[in-house]
Amino acid sequence: MSFTSEPDPSSNDDPSSHEAHDESGSENRPGVSRFSGTKAKSNLRLRRRLDKLAENAIFGVSLAAISIIFLIFVYVAREAWPLIAGAVEETSVGAMFMSPFEWQPVSITSRYSVIPLLVGTLKVTLIAMLVGTPVALAAALYTAEFAPPRLKEWIKPTVELLAGIPSVVVGFFALIVLASWIQDVLGLQFRLNAFTAGVALSLAVIPIIYTVTEDALSAVPRTYKEASLALGASKVQTAVRVVLPAASPGIGAALTLGLGRAIGETMIVLMVSGNAAVLSLDPFSGARTMSATIAAELGEVIFGGEHYRVLFFLGVLLFIITTGLNWVGDRINTGLRKKLFGNA
Amino acid sequence: MKRTIDRGVVALCLFSTVLIVAMLAIILGDIAIKGWGRLSWEFLTAASSNGMTEGGIFPAIYGTVVLVLLMSVAAVPFGVLVAIYLSEYALKDSYLYRATRIAVSNLAGVPSIVFGLFGLGFFIQTVGGAMDRALYGGNTVFGQPSILWASMTMAVLTLPVVIVTVEETLRSVPQDYRAASFALGGTRLQTIFRVVLPQSWSGVMTGTILAVSRGAGEVAPILFTGVAYFLPFRGALPPPSAPNEQFMQLGYHVYVLATQSPDVEATMPLLYSTVFVLLALTFLLNISAILIRKRMRAWATT
Repeated sequence: MSFTSEPDPSSNDDPSSHEAHDESGSENRPGVSRFSGTKAKSNLRLRRRLDKLAENAIFGVSLAAISIIFLIFVYVAREAWPLIAGAVEETSVGAMFMSPFEWQPVSITSRYSVIPLLVGTLKVTLIAMLVGTPVALAAALYTAEFAPPRLKEWIKPTVELLAGIPSVVVGFFALIVLASWIQDVLGLQFRLNAFTAGVALSLAVIPIIYTVTEDALSAVPRTYKEASLALGASKVQTAVRVVLPAASPGIGAALTLGLGRAIGETMIVLMVSGNAAVLSLDPFSGARTMSATIAAELGEVIFGGEHYRVLFFLGVLLFIITTGLNWVGDRINTGLRKKLFGNA
Repeated sequence: MKRTIDRGVVALCLFSTVLIVAMLAIILGDIAIKGWGRLSWEFLTAASSNGMTEGGIFPAIYGTVVLVLLMSVAAVPFGVLVAIYLSEYALKDSYLYRATRIAVSNLAGVPSIVFGLFGLGFFIQTVGGAMDRALYGGNTVFGQPSILWASMTMAVLTLPVVIVTVEETLRSVPQDYRAASFALGGTRLQTIFRVVLPQSWSGVMTGTILAVSRGAGEVAPILFTGVAYFLPFRGALPPPSAPNEQFMQLGYHVYVLATQSPDVEATMPLLYSTVFVLLALTFLLNISAILIRKRMRAWATT
């Protein structure tokens, strides 16, 4: 914006606004008008008007982009609204959190308790995070601190390829191959269970945690490392005691983003978790997550019925949880930038 | 002692890295080995027959391609304009800039299944319903799941990918270029479309490719907005032949075959080949995006 700040007296635009820029200055230049006179002037005016028009259009499109995020919430919440407002006879938001903790949407007396689904989501997510976090963090540390530069150039894109595998393919692999391995190794009763789903889900979470952590580690100023090395610390000591703590907000952001992804991921858990909507804390029993419930049941409900509203309400919950986590992650990340570079 | 601990830490970190790469290799290897055998020209160009145990997957490939094309047509111009706004117009401390930033990063964090709900609630019920009332006298034409609404839903989902990638490239165009254009009397619009944007085509390309690869692989957003498991041919090409028709899609095909097939053993070879095609499609797109980006970075730093 630096070269556009000069206010132009001949411009009709408000000179204080940032979009009034240098272009119009040429109107006063003798060399321009001598040759083409009024034609150039009107041409210029047209161009300026076009410029203004384009700016407004681009501004409008950006405004539309922001409104989409609000629209998403509004339109998902709108379908759930009668339930939230208490206008649905069969169930209410309060009843969804009370006992009996049963999810039986298609029985004579339908029961819509979200508690089994919440517990199922937490169970699978927790396993995915417990499996994925150490692996992703250690790999990020290796890439950022220990790997030879030429190897580093290869590791990062390779791990990021993992993020490029469609989740339905990860789900397929876990369903056909991984589930049998885990069952054989651990001698499990059920082939499809929360643990297997968690391990499969960690494949989707690892690239996120890895990438964000690696970026945070690489962003730690060289001077930190050099100071530590100069004081006689080894490379590993520097990495673990200097670089890692300095990047900890970034790692926090990585974990919240990974958690958000794990909670919202649908296809993997839908295919691998066994989908038993029963309240159970056993990691080796089946589980059903909120996202998988929406995916599995929305296709068969009556439009506008109570089951339909309940599923949209689950969508509202998912939206709030993931957006909240995203916001927290963003906050933490901005905090890191402030800490390292003075201001964000 | 210190050295042993040091070596142990490095070894552990290396092990984790190898573990991730090995997992990737196992997934790719398993699918490549078991999926390769059944691949043939016929498999790619024929419709399925005999209860999905024989024939090909052409309708699913066709549906996927139509989906990502429509999606790109909607998402790319929109995304590029938002990126232009963020990089070329917005003042960094303005309220709108920050709001757009937050909206874009939040959009990226919303679970894909919620996009599916949004597509159903907004595009099908609201927009489609309104179109039916206004244009078709209340007959259901657009107020139902279709390729149009599925691709619009997918466009909303992939919008952040396009915005973030394009904005990054726009920012990497040196300020001198803009200054030179302004000094020669170029308007801001001319500067953006004749100087900055042509320098950023690689970014637009990368963004498009990444969006397409994401759109080709996602299943959750289209579950209720237009995908169907099986649709017969009507004429030379499989559906969709109109914007309000349903379509078949590779990812959904894999999901249904893997979880709801009555005879898993019989469909397994075909299933593996379908996964192989889907994976090859998304990976080729991803790898080309990575390569373009790498060249772009090299170009930007020299």
